[in-house]
Amino acid sequence: MTISGVALLAICTLLGNYLGDLLGIALGVKANVGGVGLAMILLISARIWLVKSGLFSHGLKMGVELWGSLYIPIVVAMAATQNVVAAVKAGPLVLIAGTGSIILCFSAVALISRIGPKGETMDEIEAREAHERDALAAAKGA
Amino acid sequence: MEALAKLLNANGLLVAFAVVGLMMWTSYFISKRLTFGRIHGSAIAILMGLALAFVGGVQTGGQKGMADLPMLGGMGLMGGAMLRDFAIVATAFEVDVVLAKRAGLIGAIALGLGTLLPFVLGVGVAMAFGYHDAISLTTLGAGAVTYIVGPVTGAALGADSAVIALSIATGVFKAVLVMVGTPFVAKLIGLDNPRSAMVFGGLMGTVSGVSGGLAATDRRLVPYGALTATFHTGIGCLVAPSIFYLIVKALMGN
Repeated sequence: MTISGVALLAICTLLGNYLGDLLGIALGVKANVGGVGLAMILLISARIWLVKSGLFSHGLKMGVELWGSLYIPIVVAMAATQNVVAAVKAGPLVLIAGTGSIILCFSAVALISRIGPKGETMDEIEAREAHERDALAAAKGA
Repeated sequence: MEALAKLLNANGLLVAFAVVGLMMWTSYFISKRLTFGRIHGSAIAILMGLALAFVGGVQTGGQKGMADLPMLGGMGLMGGAMLRDFAIVATAFEVDVVLAKRAGLIGAIALGLGTLLPFVLGVGVAMAFGYHDAISLTTLGAGAVTYIVGPVTGAALGADSAVIALSIATGVFKAVLVMVGTPFVAKLIGLDNPRSAMVFGGLMGTVSGVSGGLAATDRRLVPYGALTATFHTGIGCLVAPSIFYLIVKALMGN
Protein backbone atom coordinates (compact mmCIF):
# COMPACT_ATOMS: atom_id res chain seq x y z
CA MET A 1 0.00 0.00 0.00
CA THR A 2 1.30 3.42 -0.96
CA ILE A 3 -0.05 5.01 2.21
CA SER A 4 2.16 2.74 4.33
CA GLY A 5 5.22 4.38 2.77
CA VAL A 6 3.84 7.88 3.25
CA ALA A 7 2.91 6.99 6.85
CA LEU A 8 6.35 5.50 7.57
CA LEU A 9 7.95 8.67 6.24
CA ALA A 10 5.63 10.85 8.31
CA ILE A 11 6.32 8.84 11.48
CA CYS A 12 10.11 9.03 10.93
CA THR A 13 9.96 12.78 10.21
CA LEU A 14 7.79 13.52 13.25
CA LEU A 15 9.82 11.29 15.56
CA GLY A 16 13.12 12.72 14.26
CA ASN A 17 11.91 16.28 14.80
CA TYR A 18 10.63 15.39 18.29
CA LEU A 19 14.00 13.85 19.20
CA GLY A 20 15.67 16.96 17.74
CA ASP A 21 13.51 19.19 19.96
CA LEU A 22 14.31 17.07 23.02
CA LEU A 23 18.02 17.21 22.18
CA GLY A 24 17.73 20.99 21.85
CA ILE A 25 16.13 21.25 25.29
CA ALA A 26 18.76 18.92 26.77
CA LEU A 27 21.54 21.08 25.30
CA GLY A 28 19.90 24.28 26.46
CA VAL A 29 19.39 25.60 22.91
CA LYS A 30 16.07 27.10 21.85
CA ALA A 31 16.17 25.14 18.60
CA ASN A 32 15.64 21.81 16.94
CA VAL A 33 19.00 20.04 16.96
CA GLY A 34 19.57 17.80 13.92
CA GLY A 35 15.94 16.65 13.67
CA VAL A 36 16.07 16.09 9.90
CA GLY A 37 19.32 14.11 10.13
CA LEU A 38 17.91 11.97 12.95
CA ALA A 39 14.75 11.34 10.91
CA MET A 40 16.92 10.21 7.96
CA ILE A 41 18.78 7.77 10.20
CA LEU A 42 15.43 6.43 11.48
CA LEU A 43 14.17 5.97 7.92
CA ILE A 44 17.33 4.15 6.77
CA SER A 45 17.14 1.87 9.84
CA ALA A 46 13.43 1.24 9.20
CA ARG A 47 14.14 0.25 5.61
CA ILE A 48 16.89 -2.17 6.62
CA TRP A 49 14.60 -3.72 9.25
CA LEU A 50 11.66 -3.99 6.80
CA VAL A 51 13.80 -5.67 4.14
CA LYS A 52 15.20 -8.14 6.71
CA SER A 53 11.78 -9.08 8.03
CA GLY A 54 10.27 -9.40 4.55
CA LEU A 55 7.73 -6.61 5.06
CA PHE A 56 9.20 -4.35 2.36
CA SER A 57 6.66 -3.85 -0.44
CA HIS A 58 6.55 -2.02 -3.75
CA GLY A 59 3.74 0.24 -2.55
CA LEU A 60 5.69 1.23 0.54
CA LYS A 61 8.70 2.09 -1.59
CA MET A 62 6.52 4.18 -3.94
CA GLY A 63 5.00 6.13 -1.07
CA VAL A 64 8.41 7.25 0.17
CA GLU A 65 10.03 7.76 -3.22
CA LEU A 66 7.21 10.00 -4.46
CA TRP A 67 8.15 12.53 -1.78
CA GLY A 68 11.88 12.06 -2.34
CA SER A 69 11.41 12.88 -6.03
CA LEU A 70 9.47 16.05 -5.11
CA TYR A 71 12.33 17.44 -3.12
CA ILE A 72 13.81 19.68 -5.82
CA PRO A 73 10.40 21.25 -6.70
CA ILE A 74 9.79 21.86 -2.99
CA VAL A 75 13.21 23.54 -2.73
CA VAL A 76 12.23 25.69 -5.74
CA ALA A 77 9.04 26.73 -3.94
CA MET A 78 11.11 27.45 -0.83
CA ALA A 79 13.51 29.62 -2.85
CA ALA A 80 10.52 31.47 -4.36
CA THR A 81 9.20 32.41 -0.92
CA GLN A 82 12.37 33.86 0.62
CA ASN A 83 13.06 37.50 1.36
CA VAL A 84 15.36 37.89 -1.66
CA VAL A 85 15.01 41.68 -1.81
CA ALA A 86 16.78 41.93 1.55
CA ALA A 87 19.40 39.36 0.48
CA VAL A 88 20.27 41.23 -2.72
CA LYS A 89 21.27 44.25 -0.65
CA ALA A 90 24.07 42.11 0.85
CA GLY A 91 25.09 40.81 -2.63
CA PRO A 92 28.91 40.52 -2.49
CA LEU A 93 28.71 38.11 0.47
CA VAL A 94 27.13 35.49 -1.81
CA LEU A 95 29.81 35.85 -4.48
CA ILE A 96 32.73 35.73 -2.04
CA ALA A 97 31.44 32.86 0.11
CA GLY A 98 30.40 30.82 -2.95
CA THR A 99 33.61 31.31 -4.94
CA GLY A 100 35.84 30.88 -1.90
CA SER A 101 34.27 27.63 -0.79
CA ILE A 102 34.55 25.97 -4.19
CA ILE A 103 38.20 27.01 -4.64
CA LEU A 104 38.89 25.51 -1.21
CA CYS A 105 37.01 22.31 -2.06
CA PHE A 106 38.57 21.84 -5.51
CA SER A 107 42.01 22.12 -3.89
CA ALA A 108 41.06 19.59 -1.23
CA VAL A 109 39.87 17.14 -3.93
CA ALA A 110 43.22 17.50 -5.68
CA LEU A 111 45.09 16.80 -2.42
CA ILE A 112 42.98 13.92 -1.08
CA SER A 113 42.65 12.02 -4.35
CA ARG A 114 46.46 11.98 -4.52
CA ILE A 115 46.76 10.33 -1.07
CA GLY A 116 47.38 6.59 -1.28
CA PRO A 117 47.54 4.40 -4.38
CA LYS A 118 46.06 5.88 -7.51
CA GLY A 119 42.81 4.15 -8.47
CA GLU A 120 42.12 2.75 -11.91
CA THR A 121 40.74 5.36 -14.28
CA MET A 122 37.37 4.75 -15.98
CA ASP A 123 39.20 4.07 -19.27
CA GLU A 124 41.41 1.46 -17.59
CA ILE A 125 38.42 -0.22 -15.90
CA GLU A 126 36.53 -0.45 -19.20
CA ALA A 127 39.62 -1.78 -21.01
CA ARG A 128 40.15 -4.43 -18.30
CA GLU A 129 36.48 -5.45 -18.35
CA ALA A 130 36.49 -5.73 -22.14
CA HIS A 131 39.65 -7.83 -21.90
CA GLU A 132 38.05 -10.11 -19.29
CA ARG A 133 34.95 -10.54 -21.46
CA ASP A 134 37.12 -11.46 -24.44
CA ALA A 135 39.09 -13.95 -22.35
CA LEU A 136 35.84 -15.48 -21.07
CA ALA A 137 34.43 -15.75 -24.60
CA ALA A 138 37.67 -17.33 -25.81
CA ALA A 139 37.61 -19.83 -22.93
CA LYS A 140 34.00 -20.77 -23.74
CA GLY A 141 34.83 -21.17 -27.41
CA ALA A 142 37.81 -23.42 -26.68
CA MET B 1 -12.79 36.31 -13.54
CA GLU B 2 -13.96 36.67 -9.97
CA ALA B 3 -14.94 33.00 -9.95
CA LEU B 4 -11.45 32.03 -11.15
CA ALA B 5 -9.75 34.13 -8.49
CA LYS B 6 -11.93 32.51 -5.84
CA LEU B 7 -11.10 29.04 -7.14
CA LEU B 8 -7.34 29.73 -7.19
CA ASN B 9 -7.44 31.22 -3.69
CA ALA B 10 -9.32 28.22 -2.33
CA ASN B 11 -6.83 25.76 -3.88
CA GLY B 12 -3.55 27.45 -3.03
CA LEU B 13 -1.41 24.32 -2.76
CA LEU B 14 -2.62 23.00 -6.14
CA VAL B 15 -1.82 26.36 -7.76
CA ALA B 16 1.67 26.10 -6.24
CA PHE B 17 2.16 22.58 -7.65
CA ALA B 18 1.11 23.82 -11.10
CA VAL B 19 3.31 26.94 -11.00
CA VAL B 20 6.39 25.10 -9.73
CA GLY B 21 5.79 22.34 -12.28
CA LEU B 22 5.79 24.91 -15.08
CA MET B 23 8.96 26.49 -13.67
CA MET B 24 10.69 23.08 -13.54
CA TRP B 25 9.62 22.23 -17.07
CA THR B 26 10.86 25.58 -18.42
CA SER B 27 14.15 25.21 -16.53
CA TYR B 28 14.86 21.73 -17.85
CA PHE B 29 14.06 22.97 -21.35
CA ILE B 30 16.52 25.87 -20.92
CA SER B 31 19.11 23.51 -19.45
CA LYS B 32 18.87 21.12 -22.39
CA ARG B 33 18.51 23.57 -25.26
CA LEU B 34 20.44 26.66 -24.19
CA THR B 35 23.20 25.30 -21.95
CA PHE B 36 23.40 21.81 -23.52
CA GLY B 37 23.09 20.19 -20.12
CA ARG B 38 26.06 22.04 -18.71
CA ILE B 39 23.97 23.77 -16.05
CA HIS B 40 21.56 21.35 -14.38
CA GLY B 41 17.85 22.12 -14.76
CA SER B 42 17.30 22.09 -11.01
CA ALA B 43 19.85 24.88 -10.49
CA ILE B 44 18.14 27.01 -13.14
CA ALA B 45 14.76 26.35 -11.48
CA ILE B 46 16.08 27.44 -8.07
CA LEU B 47 17.63 30.59 -9.57
CA MET B 48 14.30 31.27 -11.27
CA GLY B 49 12.58 30.82 -7.90
CA LEU B 50 14.91 33.33 -6.25
CA ALA B 51 14.37 35.77 -9.14
CA LEU B 52 10.58 35.48 -8.83
CA ALA B 53 10.85 35.92 -5.06
CA PHE B 54 12.70 39.16 -5.80
CA VAL B 55 9.93 40.30 -8.15
CA GLY B 56 7.30 39.35 -5.58
CA GLY B 57 9.14 41.22 -2.85
CA VAL B 58 9.51 44.38 -4.94
CA GLN B 59 5.85 44.27 -6.05
CA THR B 60 4.29 43.73 -2.64
CA GLY B 61 6.93 45.05 -0.27
CA GLY B 62 6.41 41.87 1.74
CA GLN B 63 8.94 39.42 3.14
CA LYS B 64 7.68 36.12 1.75
CA GLY B 65 8.62 36.52 -1.91
CA MET B 66 6.04 35.06 -4.30
CA ALA B 67 3.84 33.90 -1.43
CA ASP B 68 2.86 37.54 -0.84
CA LEU B 69 1.29 37.79 -4.28
CA PRO B 70 -2.46 37.16 -4.28
CA MET B 71 -3.37 33.62 -5.42
CA LEU B 72 0.17 32.37 -4.81
CA GLY B 73 -0.13 31.98 -1.05
CA GLY B 74 0.06 28.22 -1.56
CA MET B 75 3.75 28.58 -2.42
CA GLY B 76 4.32 29.25 1.26
CA LEU B 77 2.79 25.91 2.20
CA MET B 78 4.63 23.98 -0.54
CA GLY B 79 7.99 25.55 0.31
CA GLY B 80 7.35 25.63 4.03
CA ALA B 81 9.19 23.71 6.73
CA MET B 82 6.71 20.81 6.93
CA LEU B 83 6.85 19.59 3.33
CA ARG B 84 10.54 20.49 3.02
CA ASP B 85 11.56 18.28 5.95
CA PHE B 86 9.23 15.55 4.68
CA ALA B 87 10.82 15.49 1.21
CA ILE B 88 14.41 15.71 2.42
CA VAL B 89 13.97 12.82 4.84
CA ALA B 90 12.49 10.79 1.96
CA THR B 91 15.70 11.13 -0.08
CA ALA B 92 17.54 9.09 2.59
CA PHE B 93 15.56 6.09 1.33
CA GLU B 94 17.77 5.92 -1.76
CA VAL B 95 21.01 5.58 0.18
CA ASP B 96 22.50 2.14 -0.37
CA VAL B 97 24.31 1.20 2.83
CA VAL B 98 26.39 -1.54 1.17
CA LEU B 99 27.60 0.79 -1.59
CA ALA B 100 28.22 3.52 0.97
CA LYS B 101 30.53 1.27 2.97
CA ARG B 102 32.57 0.72 -0.19
CA ALA B 103 33.36 4.44 -0.33
CA GLY B 104 35.15 3.79 2.94
CA LEU B 105 37.43 5.98 4.97
CA ILE B 106 38.46 8.30 2.16
CA GLY B 107 34.81 9.11 1.45
CA ALA B 108 34.24 9.82 5.14
CA ILE B 109 37.25 12.15 5.30
CA ALA B 110 36.05 13.95 2.18
CA LEU B 111 32.55 14.30 3.68
CA GLY B 112 33.92 15.68 6.93
CA LEU B 113 36.13 18.22 5.18
CA GLY B 114 33.41 19.02 2.65
CA THR B 115 31.16 20.09 5.52
CA LEU B 116 33.75 21.80 7.70
CA LEU B 117 35.77 23.82 5.13
CA PRO B 118 32.86 25.67 3.44
CA PHE B 119 31.20 26.23 6.82
CA VAL B 120 34.27 27.87 8.33
CA LEU B 121 34.77 29.97 5.21
CA GLY B 122 31.08 30.96 5.11
CA VAL B 123 31.16 32.02 8.77
CA GLY B 124 34.37 33.99 8.15
CA VAL B 125 32.90 35.86 5.16
CA ALA B 126 29.66 36.53 7.06
CA MET B 127 31.68 38.01 9.94
CA ALA B 128 33.59 40.20 7.50
CA PHE B 129 30.20 41.47 6.29
CA GLY B 130 29.20 42.49 9.78
CA TYR B 131 27.12 39.56 11.07
CA HIS B 132 27.92 38.83 14.70
CA ASP B 133 25.03 36.80 16.10
CA ALA B 134 25.56 33.04 16.30
CA ILE B 135 22.26 32.18 14.53
CA SER B 136 22.97 34.28 11.41
CA LEU B 137 26.61 33.17 11.27
CA THR B 138 25.70 29.48 11.54
CA THR B 139 22.97 29.84 8.89
CA LEU B 140 25.29 31.63 6.43
CA GLY B 141 28.10 29.12 7.09
CA ALA B 142 25.63 26.29 6.47
CA GLY B 143 24.57 27.97 3.21
CA ALA B 144 28.16 27.69 1.98
CA VAL B 145 27.85 23.91 2.57
CA THR B 146 24.75 23.45 0.36
CA TYR B 147 21.57 25.35 -0.45
CA ILE B 148 19.59 22.78 1.55
CA VAL B 149 21.73 22.78 4.70
CA GLY B 150 21.50 26.60 4.86
CA PRO B 151 17.70 26.98 5.07
CA VAL B 152 17.24 23.80 7.15
CA THR B 153 19.73 25.18 9.68
CA GLY B 154 18.24 28.66 9.52
CA ALA B 155 14.70 27.35 10.06
CA ALA B 156 15.81 25.14 12.95
CA LEU B 157 17.59 28.03 14.66
CA GLY B 158 14.92 30.63 13.86
CA ALA B 159 17.08 32.83 11.63
CA ASP B 160 15.83 35.95 9.85
CA SER B 161 14.25 35.29 6.41
CA ALA B 162 16.74 37.63 4.72
CA VAL B 163 19.62 35.63 6.19
CA ILE B 164 17.99 32.37 5.02
CA ALA B 165 17.60 33.83 1.51
CA LEU B 166 21.29 34.77 1.53
CA SER B 167 22.28 31.28 2.61
CA ILE B 168 20.21 29.73 -0.21
CA ALA B 169 21.71 32.13 -2.74
CA THR B 170 25.24 31.24 -1.57
CA GLY B 171 24.53 27.51 -1.87
CA VAL B 172 22.94 27.87 -5.30
CA PHE B 173 25.79 30.01 -6.56
CA LYS B 174 28.21 27.34 -5.31
CA ALA B 175 26.21 24.57 -7.04
CA VAL B 176 26.21 26.47 -10.34
CA LEU B 177 29.96 27.08 -10.07
CA VAL B 178 30.53 23.35 -9.45
CA MET B 179 28.42 22.43 -12.48
CA VAL B 180 30.09 24.87 -14.82
CA GLY B 181 33.62 24.71 -13.41
CA THR B 182 34.16 20.97 -12.94
CA PRO B 183 34.89 20.04 -16.57
CA PHE B 184 37.56 22.74 -16.70
CA VAL B 185 39.44 21.68 -13.56
CA ALA B 186 38.82 17.90 -13.87
CA LYS B 187 42.31 17.13 -15.24
CA LEU B 188 44.02 19.42 -12.75
CA ILE B 189 42.43 17.78 -9.72
CA GLY B 190 42.81 14.19 -11.00
CA LEU B 191 39.13 13.58 -11.61
CA ASP B 192 39.28 10.51 -13.87
CA ASN B 193 38.61 7.52 -11.60
CA PRO B 194 35.78 6.31 -9.28
CA ARG B 195 37.83 6.92 -6.16
CA SER B 196 38.50 10.60 -6.88
CA ALA B 197 34.87 10.96 -8.01
CA MET B 198 33.75 9.76 -4.56
CA VAL B 199 36.16 12.21 -2.91
CA PHE B 200 34.80 14.93 -5.18
CA GLY B 201 31.16 14.09 -4.30
CA GLY B 202 31.93 14.18 -0.58
CA LEU B 203 33.75 17.50 -0.73
CA MET B 204 31.46 19.38 -3.11
CA GLY B 205 28.25 18.16 -1.57
CA THR B 206 25.38 19.53 -3.63
CA VAL B 207 23.92 16.52 -5.48
CA SER B 208 22.76 18.66 -8.40
CA GLY B 209 26.15 20.41 -8.61
CA VAL B 210 28.08 17.16 -8.40
CA SER B 211 25.91 15.18 -10.83
CA GLY B 212 25.77 18.09 -13.27
CA GLY B 213 29.51 18.73 -13.06
CA LEU B 214 30.48 15.06 -13.38
CA ALA B 215 28.00 14.49 -16.22
CA ALA B 216 29.70 17.28 -18.14
CA THR B 217 33.14 15.77 -17.34
CA ASP B 218 32.57 12.02 -17.76
CA ARG B 219 29.12 10.46 -17.47
CA ARG B 220 30.52 7.19 -16.08
CA LEU B 221 31.69 8.98 -12.92
CA VAL B 222 28.23 10.30 -11.94
CA PRO B 223 27.02 7.41 -9.68
CA TYR B 224 30.26 7.44 -7.67
CA GLY B 225 30.12 11.16 -7.03
CA ALA B 226 26.39 11.11 -6.27
CA LEU B 227 26.93 8.28 -3.79
CA THR B 228 29.01 10.35 -1.39
CA ALA B 229 27.18 13.58 -2.21
CA THR B 230 23.86 12.10 -1.03
CA PHE B 231 25.32 11.84 2.49
CA HIS B 232 26.54 15.40 2.38
CA THR B 233 23.19 17.14 2.88
CA GLY B 234 22.15 14.73 5.64
CA ILE B 235 25.38 15.19 7.55
CA GLY B 236 25.20 18.95 7.08
CA CYS B 237 21.60 19.05 8.36
CA LEU B 238 22.68 16.95 11.35
CA VAL B 239 25.80 18.85 12.43
CA ALA B 240 25.18 22.47 11.31
CA PRO B 241 22.21 23.27 13.58
CA SER B 242 23.69 21.23 16.44
CA ILE B 243 27.45 20.87 16.98
CA PHE B 244 28.49 23.70 14.64
CA TYR B 245 25.90 26.08 16.11
CA LEU B 246 27.02 25.31 19.66
CA ILE B 247 30.67 25.91 18.70
CA VAL B 248 29.88 29.20 16.95
CA LYS B 249 27.71 30.24 19.91
CA ALA B 250 30.51 29.46 22.38
CA LEU B 251 33.08 31.33 20.25
CA MET B 252 30.88 34.39 19.78
CA GLY B 253 29.84 34.43 23.42
CA ASN B 254 26.17 35.19 22.70
